Amino acid sequence: MANTAAFAGINGLREIRRSPASHLAKAMETGSVPGTVALKEGPFQTMAGVRVDPNSEEGARIASVAGGLPARCGEVGGKEGVSVLWLGPSEFLVVAPEEAHDSLGGDLIGSLTAALGDAPGQVVDLSANRTTFELSGPRARAVLEKGCALDLHPRSFTPGTAVSTEVGNIPVALLKSGEESFRLFPRASFADYLGRWLLDAMREFASPEVP
Amino acid sequence: MLLISCPNCGSRDETEFHYGGQAHVPYPENPNELNDREWAEYLFYRDNTKGTFAERWLHSTGCRQWFNMLRDTVTYDIQAVYPMGAPRPSTAVPAAPESGTASLAADSTTTGTTAPSTSATSTAPGITKSGTTAPEGATK
Repeated sequence: MANTAAFAGINGLREIRRSPASHLAKAMETGSVPGTVALKEGPFQTMAGVRVDPNSEEGARIASVAGGLPARCGEVGGKEGVSVLWLGPSEFLVVAPEEAHDSLGGDLIGSLTAALGDAPGQVVDLSANRTTFELSGPRARAVLEKGCALDLHPRSFTPGTAVSTEVGNIPVALLKSGEESFRLFPRASFADYLGRWLLDAMREFASPEVP
Repeated sequence: MLLISCPNCGSRDETEFHYGGQAHVPYPENPNELNDREWAEYLFYRDNTKGTFAERWLHSTGCRQWFNMLRDTVTYDIQAVYPMGAPRPSTAVPAAPESGTASLAADSTTTGTTAPSTSATSTAPGITKSGTTAPEGATK
């Protein structure tokens, strides 16, 4: 599927594509507190929404393309460069680097669609549905805990797990990418709100601690 | 705030859920034979139980799956959580210990054809009891 002519992106519009929180890039830079908590918007990613029965034949075919489907809430499947988040018993979100998109020379969407074939289920290109926030630093958990009721302590929310929950009253997929780093996937229309909400939650850590 | 134990995701805040009204309201076998009063009663008339009530819930910001729940409308005590299509369990279901984290929740998906045992999906009583003493973890 390597189509070098497609590197210009969808209809050649790749260059003018703007991420949903691009207008907050400067605010996120100044709002980050080095060594304490940092926020930035991640690069574009290829995302595919997959609905398939994981115990079926077509589920096994999709699992082999995506690198394994997660079995239950919290688990993340996938392979090198591809993460598969569990959204429901038969619903998954495949996240891969932007280059994996068919219009940029990859074949992720196409191969998933081919793996599903005519079987019941769906593979939908959701690359523009969600954006990515990367929140990291020793106080990243404290920032999230202001708006997320889940137990985010490392003993129960370990690196490499992901849950679909609420942060700041909006639905997000929350992925723990490292010991002190989180990746948030809000829908694009919530990116501005969540970006400002996180910046506001981070603000106290910029001031000297009140004894 | 209720702490509801989703069969797929484990304990989550009430704000992640949507209420679906009374459970076990069967669609009439022959809707055309109903008169207006019977049809209206099927559509609009619901029990207003004081005490244990079977109701439907949707985990809308989690796994987006429906499930049934037995809840006391006076004390808000959640007595059982069971899958759609399963018969209403008796109210004297012994409570299973709280599963705690989402990642450790039992793999009792609603897509299964067999009804999981109610002891595996029922919640511990007392977690969601309302009253003057708010339970720990339910106030956030």
